[in-house]
Amino acid sequence: MTAWVKIALLEDIPRLGARVVKSARGNIAVFRTGEDQVYALHDRCPHKGGPLSQGIVHGAWVTCPLHGWTIGLPDGCAMAPDQGRTSCFEVKVEDGLVWLKL
Amino acid sequence: MSTLKLVVVGNGMAGMRTVEELLKIAPDMYHITVFGAEPHPNYNRILLSPVLAGEQTVDDIILNRREWYAEHGITLHTGSKVTRIDRARRRVIAEDGTEAEYDRLLLATGATPVILPVPGNDLAGVTCFRDIQDVETMVRYSAERRHAVVIGGGLLGLEAANGLRLRGMDVTVVHKHPWLMEKQLDAVAGRMLQQSLENKGLKFLLEKDTEQLVGEAGHVRAVRFKDGQQVPADLVVMAVGIRPNTALAEAAGIHCNRGIVVNDTLQTFDPRIYAVGECVVHRGISYGLVAPLFEQAKVCATHLANFGIGRYAGSVTSTKLKVTGIDLFSAGNFMGGEHTDEIVLHDKVGGVYKKLVLEGDRLVGVCLFGDTADGAWYFQMLKDGKDVHEIRDTLMFGQNHLGDTGHKGQTQAAAMADEAEVCGCNGVCKGSIVKAIKEQGLFTLEDVRKHTKASASCGSCTGLVEQILASCIGGAYQPADSRDKPMCGCTDHSHGTVRQAIREHKLLTIPDVIRLLQWRTPNGCASCRPALNYYLISTWPHEAQDDPQSRFINERAHANIQKDGSYSVVPRMWGGITTPQALRAIADVAEKYRIPTVKVTGGQRIDLLGVKKEDLPDIWSDLAAAGMVSGHAYGKSLRTVKTCVGAEYCRFGTQLSMALGVKLEKMLFGMWAPHKVKLAVSGCPRNCAEAGIKDVGVIGLESGYELYVAGNGGIKTEVAQFLCKVATDAEVMEYSAAFLQLYREEGWYLERTVHFVRRVGLDYVKARVVDDAASRKALYERLLYALQGYQDPWAELARDPRKRREFQLIPVEEPA
Ligand code: SRM
Ligand SMILES: Cc1cc2nc3c(=O)[nH]c(=O)nc-3n(C[C@H](O)[C@H](O)[C@H](O)COP(=O)(O)OP(=O)(O)OC[C@H]3O[C@@H](n4cnc5c(N)ncnc54)[C@H](O)[C@@H]3O)c2cc1C
Ligand code: SF4
Ligand code: FES
Repeated sequence: MTAWVKIALLEDIPRLGARVVKSARGNIAVFRTGEDQVYALHDRCPHKGGPLSQGIVHGAWVTCPLHGWTIGLPDGCAMAPDQGRTSCFEVKVEDGLVWLKL
Repeated sequence: MSTLKLVVVGNGMAGMRTVEELLKIAPDMYHITVFGAEPHPNYNRILLSPVLAGEQTVDDIILNRREWYAEHGITLHTGSKVTRIDRARRRVIAEDGTEAEYDRLLLATGATPVILPVPGNDLAGVTCFRDIQDVETMVRYSAERRHAVVIGGGLLGLEAANGLRLRGMDVTVVHKHPWLMEKQLDAVAGRMLQQSLENKGLKFLLEKDTEQLVGEAGHVRAVRFKDGQQVPADLVVMAVGIRPNTALAEAAGIHCNRGIVVNDTLQTFDPRIYAVGECVVHRGISYGLVAPLFEQAKVCATHLANFGIGRYAGSVTSTKLKVTGIDLFSAGNFMGGEHTDEIVLHDKVGGVYKKLVLEGDRLVGVCLFGDTADGAWYFQMLKDGKDVHEIRDTLMFGQNHLGDTGHKGQTQAAAMADEAEVCGCNGVCKGSIVKAIKEQGLFTLEDVRKHTKASASCGSCTGLVEQILASCIGGAYQPADSRDKPMCGCTDHSHGTVRQAIREHKLLTIPDVIRLLQWRTPNGCASCRPALNYYLISTWPHEAQDDPQSRFINERAHANIQKDGSYSVVPRMWGGITTPQALRAIADVAEKYRIPTVKVTGGQRIDLLGVKKEDLPDIWSDLAAAGMVSGHAYGKSLRTVKTCVGAEYCRFGTQLSMALGVKLEKMLFGMWAPHKVKLAVSGCPRNCAEAGIKDVGVIGLESGYELYVAGNGGIKTEVAQFLCKVATDAEVMEYSAAFLQLYREEGWYLERTVHFVRRVGLDYVKARVVDDAASRKALYERLLYALQGYQDPWAELARDPRKRREFQLIPVEEPA
């Protein structure tokens, strides 16, 4: 069964940064962009499993800290010419609270 | 706004590159229509040589497939030659009756081969070497006939001759001048080239003037020269030059003078009409190599997009012959003249010839045969107009005479087998790079990095990759001018311009920089943001705010990220000296947090490896309680000050190296820099602290100290250069600090001291740090001011509950 779970205040996630949610399905990185959009991806880079949460966020992208692949936040797809995809999770922000669908 | 109409005449390399550049910056501005006289979509003309030689197929060299045109909504008319431009009604009309209306027109009609005005030039079996059709003709003849004569011993002629020879023909090259490729080579190199081509089975007739092509039943049979000699010929290839294709423009009354005349924005005399490529003449010059045409394309696109930025100011070109197994490179004024000097190395037996032409202290010409490893390096200096007098002694030995690591010290791409590893970091072999260049139509180092990852990590193989590029695409490869290379894809501004703008406009935040300098992205990227953050805090200490989100994770988390996502912790050990109490605290931490590995580093301290991120703040608290602070092993910052035992204990010691090392490290604690900074202090010239390969190295003598700067022990070992001699500890501190502050203020992000000093010159450094006492003192004081009040980041993070929170994982209640 899936349900929305409350995870944090929006302000707990740094702008152009991320926090990590520990779930039964592995770590989930929750990102916040410069315009306060929030996205959630499995915290594993499609290249060699690097923790995307630790990368640099720019536009709607994150650059993996290990070897510099750049991953799209809305769809988890690597920027060409790299190929690969990380799974995404649904997130929403309501009244300054961030919810994750698990 | 209704979409404007752009019509492009000429579906070749320059025209389509302009369209690609335009689509990048203004994808929706125009509806585009392209006319091409050839029946093919745009292909890589350069690679006709390998197609002729049988190394590639026509299909391999297509650059833009028909689907590409469709995807971008471009109307493509192939096999459709435009014969008229109606400037009044703004329409072009093709031979087949197709018409198109334009708001802007781009002429990219290329060039046409020159046909010698001799009798018989219209016989069957006479061809040029320009397009796919010519290649098909030559391939057909090579299958059935025996004798080929190539008229013209230039680049194109030799590539044609080589291809025909590889297809089994008996080939004679006829040339008017006393040596081959006289426009690109001097006599010595020209003769060496001839020798190597003769070894491949080609024959040469030099200083011959063609009088007539002799025919029989409408087909060519022989070539006769003015001296009466005659050679048999079933196929004659004319490669005696090209002429800008201006017929269409001239007929439309557009001003031409040997080519279509354009200004620095690639505009013709009709402001609605632009022109790029081999058909144009710009400041009196027509270019016949793609690198300058691509530069034109980029500038032209910005004007078509109404950005109005960028001017084309002409190009310096270089030459490379695409004949497998022959290494040849030339650029600039390689013949020399009255005001030039030459440095020459000529090894006849080894088949190597190198000539460098200097005018004063600048390199103005290069001619290399046999060993072209340093071609790109010389070319870069030539283009940059760099002052070379400091390296004049060793200039001839090239950039690599010390050797790089990670690819067995190989420096010659031509000698490498396809399976040989070029990039040791990413495991990329030569064959895959060549394949990517050919199949994906790559032209720049950046492209190769993106597609293959070669040279994308430590960069030590960059020289090799550049050579491979040059050997695949010939003169089309041009290294960018390093001084105004854009910082990254977000901007066209260089590091230098950005630093200057930050200083002049007193910019204090990244959004300010991005706004003022019109970045193309909303908040930069992973490559420019860390650089901007550094430029801001180093230019405006205590005023600009540090932005942790613009720092690489290591600097944000104050620890080194490991391949499995864990971290390592390296406490500072001032000057490499520790105490039982500190060692005990490290041991306690290692046990308490179950740290799997404890290692002594190459920088005289201890590394705790495999730490969980959540544990970092607690570990730091424990270490801080024992008086330890961050070692910044993760930062573009002060790393270590290595010391030897010195006069404190050593029987040879002349100075107290440990004490001085500790003082230096304490002074520089918390110093951020363009790249990491390492120092060493040795107590005597035996130099046990290896001061000769440090950013700043200090060597104690009876009479004082020698200071060395800009050494590097990493990817490419570089010996530090002597800066000056000083007498006291206080002077060591002042001079070292002044040097480092100069680097901090003027170095580019990720440029280590060795590269910084190479760029600005040691003389400049000496002028600012040694000769001018006032400048030295000012630099020294600015550094001390920047470092004032710096707090240990570990203690600070451990103390602040808000900052600690970012190290914690968020637990969730999972739905059942
Ligand atoms: C820990 C250590 C190896 C060891 O166990 O001995 C080390 C580890 C790393 N080095 Fe190093 N270097 C270490 C001493 C050196 C030395 C020797 C020295 O400092 O005396 C050198 C050559 C000297 C020099 O820098 O000139 C060295 C030259 C490099 C280079 C090449 C730099 C260059 O300009 O050529 C890199 C790559 C880079 O910085 O871009 C590098 C990068 C790295 C990184 C940070 C790679 C990375 O980005 O993750 C490694 C981190 C490993 C980790 O996860 O902790 N490391 N590295 C050493 C830490 C010393 C310290 O106490 O701080
Ligand atoms: C065999 C060979 C090897 C080469 N090797 C190298 C090398 O190693 N390095 C290098 O830098 N350069 C090399 N060059 C040169 C390089 O290919 C040219 O500089 C480049 O292709 C010129 O580009 P362009 O767009 O100006 O002209 P082109 O690529 O020739 O394109 C012009 C196009 O316009 C079409 N056209 C002309 N008039 C009309 C009209 N009225 N209507 C419709 N279409 C028209 C032509 O058919 C042609 O397709 C080589 C060239 C050849 C032939
Ligand atoms: S510690 Fe240094 S040399 Fe060793 S693998 Fe890492 S970067 Fe390479
Ligand atoms: S693991 Fe992310 S780039 Fe390699």
